[in-house]
Amino acid sequence: MEFLNNLATLQNLVYIGSSVLFILGIKMLGKEATAVKGNYLSALAMFSAVTITCLNLEIDLKIIFAGILLGGLIGSLIALKVKMTAIPEMVALFNGFGGLATFLIAWSSFNDFNDVDNNIFQHVLIMLTVYIGGITFSGSLIAYGKLSERLKLGKGSWITNIFISFFYLSMPALIYVIFEPSLSQFMPSIPSYFLIFLGLTLIAGVGFVMPIGGGDMPVVISLLNSLSGVAAAFAGLLLLNNVLIVAGSLVGASGLILTVIMAKAMNRTIGNILFVGYASASKFSSSEKQGEVNPITADDAYLILENASSVLVVPGYGMAVAQAQHVVREMGELLEENGTEVKYGIHPVAGRMPGHMNVLLAEANVSYDLLAEPDDVNPSMDSVDVAIVIGANDVVNPSATEEEGSPIYGMPIIEVHHAKTVFVLKRSMSSGFAGVQNPLFFKENTRMLFGDAKESIGQIVSEFKD
Amino acid sequence: MEIYILLGFVLLLSIFLGLELIAKVPSTLHTPLMSGANAISGIALVGALMLSADGQNQSILAFVAILFASINVFGGYLVTNRMLSMFKKK
Repeated sequence: MEFLNNLATLQNLVYIGSSVLFILGIKMLGKEATAVKGNYLSALAMFSAVTITCLNLEIDLKIIFAGILLGGLIGSLIALKVKMTAIPEMVALFNGFGGLATFLIAWSSFNDFNDVDNNIFQHVLIMLTVYIGGITFSGSLIAYGKLSERLKLGKGSWITNIFISFFYLSMPALIYVIFEPSLSQFMPSIPSYFLIFLGLTLIAGVGFVMPIGGGDMPVVISLLNSLSGVAAAFAGLLLLNNVLIVAGSLVGASGLILTVIMAKAMNRTIGNILFVGYASASKFSSSEKQGEVNPITADDAYLILENASSVLVVPGYGMAVAQAQHVVREMGELLEENGTEVKYGIHPVAGRMPGHMNVLLAEANVSYDLLAEPDDVNPSMDSVDVAIVIGANDVVNPSATEEEGSPIYGMPIIEVHHAKTVFVLKRSMSSGFAGVQNPLFFKENTRMLFGDAKESIGQIVSEFKD
Repeated sequence: MEIYILLGFVLLLSIFLGLELIAKVPSTLHTPLMSGANAISGIALVGALMLSADGQNQSILAFVAILFASINVFGGYLVTNRMLSMFKKK
């Protein structure tokens, strides 16, 4: 076993083991029964890869321990203290930090690396890693700001437009820095072009995410998640480290799949979401089919629910805003005690991140076998007595199936309008994120329950208890 | 040069593997999967540990990279675990 004495060999063997554990871990994360175990396996993979790397270091151990301890402390504190409702922005923030780390890795490698002529690959990889890592970092920070509602700027503001121009400027800049070593033979190089490029990528990330918002956030979050993996994989190529490549690619691929699932759920292409947005699409909305809405009080809603034999709850971002998930769960339980069959219809893009509604309902202790996807609930919608729409709008808009000119035409929806009665809980008559009027509100079988969702459902719950 | 071709091979195979592994995930698990993947992207920590520390500037870069990658790793795994512990069948 002489080869084990060789530290580099040992390191590589452990990296192979870690890669296998990462692969198994992410596979198990994709199944309900094994997800917890999958997360442990992947943590174990991370632990072994980090530990074996520490055995052969250039940096002072003090710096390492200080960094890991402090980072571990901050990360753990945030992870354990944060409210479950703030999960979308937390994921965005952590993701950004990973991006920052790869950005710094590439920066440090650039400083370390003088002999350009010998290794053009390394130069290209540094620039690509800087670019993707930097965009992931600042883009995720903007996503964090938007999700936590600290940042209100969106599409159309002149500040946003400035950042967008920098984003477009960053692409030719990337091409320039990649070819800089060859170009410098013919023309004088721009002094400290690398530092300028570092700054430009950070500004570009802001311009990339700032114009996207609202209901498109699930796509952006999964895309940024994918990019952080791609950046790590490039850093792996740069440092010639295979575990970085494998783990990074897995993340990149899984993020890409989620992004595609989200885009499909909106019947739009990724390019359309990133670069066009809803605002321009909504111009084409010709739907002026207004009519009378039928309001209802919580008392009357209770009387109808008491006699219903099946109820479908369709939550949306409004439920998250009103923090209504706990009263919703309570209402669901009371209905079940009353002999009513209760299901929850979850649209993939309801909320602000992939699976947002699932997390909220899980937090409120709703058993996950009650949660159903659109394809599960749509075929039997005719037999549903009451569909309760809580703060969802575009994902239940019948225009998507009925009106060809509508900007959301073709988007798969939860077809609540086929239910016998629909309750729509809403604060006012404003339209959804897509800016499209929702004909559902004017249908004969629809009853509007205006007001704060938490209060309205709270009233129904107290009626049940009396 | 050969090493890049070899590693590029690893990169491509891993991407295909990743796409195959996660092609059919129930939407219930979208958030934990994303959060779990996010924790894995903290593997950048390994890269940060490999940086050189010639001089003060390089040491600072390495330290900050280690710090933020660690936040990503610890925070990512703990949030995922917390989330998954809520997804229990009753």
